[in-house]
Amino acid sequence: MSFETTRVTARYRQNLRSNLGGRLIGAVLFLCAFVTVVTTVGIVVILFIEGLSFFAEVSPIEFFTGTKWTPLFTSKGFGVLPLISGTVLIGLGAACVALPLGTLTAIYLSEYATPRIRSVMKPLVEVLSGIPTVVYGYFALTFISPFIKEYLYPEAGPYMAISAIVVVGIMIVPIVASISDDALRAVPRELREAAYGVGASKLEVNTRVVFPAALSGVIASYILAISRAIGETMAVTVAAGARPNLTANPFEAVQTMTAYIVSVSLGDTPHGTIEFKTIFAVGLTLFFMTLVMNIISSRITKRFREVYD
Amino acid sequence: MRSANDPPTSQSRLVLSEYQTNNVLRHLKGRLFYLLCLLGSLVGILLLVTLLNDIRQDGFHYMSKHFFTNFPSRKPEIAGFHGAIMGTLWVMGIVAITSFPIGVGAALYLEEYAIKNKLTSLIQTNISNLAGVPSIVFGILGLQLFVRGTIGYGPAICIGEQCGFGRSVISGALTLTLLILPIVIVASQEAIKAVPPSIREASYGVGATRWQTVSSHVLPQAMPGIMTGMILALSRAIGETAPIIMIGALTFVAFRPEGPLDPFTAMPIQVLNWISRPQAAFHELAATGIVVLLITLLTMNAIAVLIRIRLGQSGAR
Repeated sequence: MSFETTRVTARYRQNLRSNLGGRLIGAVLFLCAFVTVVTTVGIVVILFIEGLSFFAEVSPIEFFTGTKWTPLFTSKGFGVLPLISGTVLIGLGAACVALPLGTLTAIYLSEYATPRIRSVMKPLVEVLSGIPTVVYGYFALTFISPFIKEYLYPEAGPYMAISAIVVVGIMIVPIVASISDDALRAVPRELREAAYGVGASKLEVNTRVVFPAALSGVIASYILAISRAIGETMAVTVAAGARPNLTANPFEAVQTMTAYIVSVSLGDTPHGTIEFKTIFAVGLTLFFMTLVMNIISSRITKRFREVYD
Repeated sequence: MRSANDPPTSQSRLVLSEYQTNNVLRHLKGRLFYLLCLLGSLVGILLLVTLLNDIRQDGFHYMSKHFFTNFPSRKPEIAGFHGAIMGTLWVMGIVAITSFPIGVGAALYLEEYAIKNKLTSLIQTNISNLAGVPSIVFGILGLQLFVRGTIGYGPAICIGEQCGFGRSVISGALTLTLLILPIVIVASQEAIKAVPPSIREASYGVGATRWQTVSSHVLPQAMPGIMTGMILALSRAIGETAPIIMIGALTFVAFRPEGPLDPFTAMPIQVLNWISRPQAAFHELAATGIVVLLITLLTMNAIAVLIRIRLGQSGAR
């Protein structure tokens, strides 16, 4: 009896030990996952601390309603509206390019393309989002801008919002196409067959049955794509110029929030000054704009996802 | 009663022809819509071809041995890409070393260890939100956290005179690691999910512990998928310009980094520097740099595809 007990205890101890090792491994893996939470907290804390110390010196009312953004000049203006208007101009412009193209691509890929064409075309479209954005900047500056100056708008300077709009629009096409394609393909076959059964043509099935059924996924992809366009940095830095400009004319040079942040960090503004703190205030604004859009997008996906079973 | 052979009355003939024209119209509309979709999806590809062609035209004037061995210069004919290539190699090496274990560890935790509770779903939601944060915001994070060793409040982490890691290779690498972690984690999760449960059950059935099951059965099966995701994440990091500009990668570097604490430049930064000069010769240098960058990306993607094909056959899928 006592022999049995010692054997059980020994095995129990051994199990306990290996269980302890297992728990340790679990804890280490948990820490790995927790790095992502720390990252988010770090971003929020850093933006808030430096942003708040900026807003201690500049009133938020001046920041969000002022129309003059000249923090690096002697007569300082801290109105962020010109940067926001530049960002919105490029974001909405890119949406005008990407949403129709992306939607048509998604419909083509999911409803018309044969599996063979699809297997070639889908990766090709996705290459568009794999190209470094600085390469798009180069293309915009050396190809699209001169083209527009030559044929469409000779008065334009070397920098213009429109050529940034074109390349940013193209680079977010895969986001729209890919997510919308998934949404369209998730629409069950029965819905299509029922529509065909009552005599609908392919066009009618696609536009009146499949597309509305996939609408929530499609809209989520739109919002996500616009959010990506707003956060885009290098192409707009290279092609759109560096002049904060409250305008809706896409042929003028504008500066976006992201491009402003880059221009400060490329310069030699000393750390700790109010000029330098502007990047945190602008960064905070940018972070919240994209965060809100991303959350709306994922809410739509979650809440309005049609569950077909 | 009319039989089918009876000629149609004038009224029904009218309805028929209306139906016919209507049908022709519907058919035509359908063809037009099909063409519209086809054209729409070709626009992006067409632009891609134009872009590559534009770069091909400009990108080979300065392509020579010197381009790979020289440092940048004010004279375009002797300017080179060496410092940028070495900088990118250093940064990417460290990014690979740090993001692989953390990313795979996090994915294993979420797929194999975590209980489905609020904390787990918080981590999961946070990962997908983090993937949508603009890269320049990661640059701001890296600038404070790694370059200056502070969160902006309270004391900075300093060793002697040096606070944080400074504008160095390691600062850039850690910033990019945080940037690509969401991608690595999600890709690894997908690969781990694809391992069939029967394999785990068999392993548990013969008495293996959770870690034994994970380390000797789940991970090896998931490895091709994980490696593919890892390579794709790294190729995203190579092209990232904004975050490493933020942490202060130099734009004119006439030396190569010898250690993780050295200042550095990287391929996209050097390209940006050449783009922002007005002379056409420097634009051609930029195009040459872009050719090198794109060939690197293409090679990495090809390797990812190869891994998927080669190892995928013996794997679970």
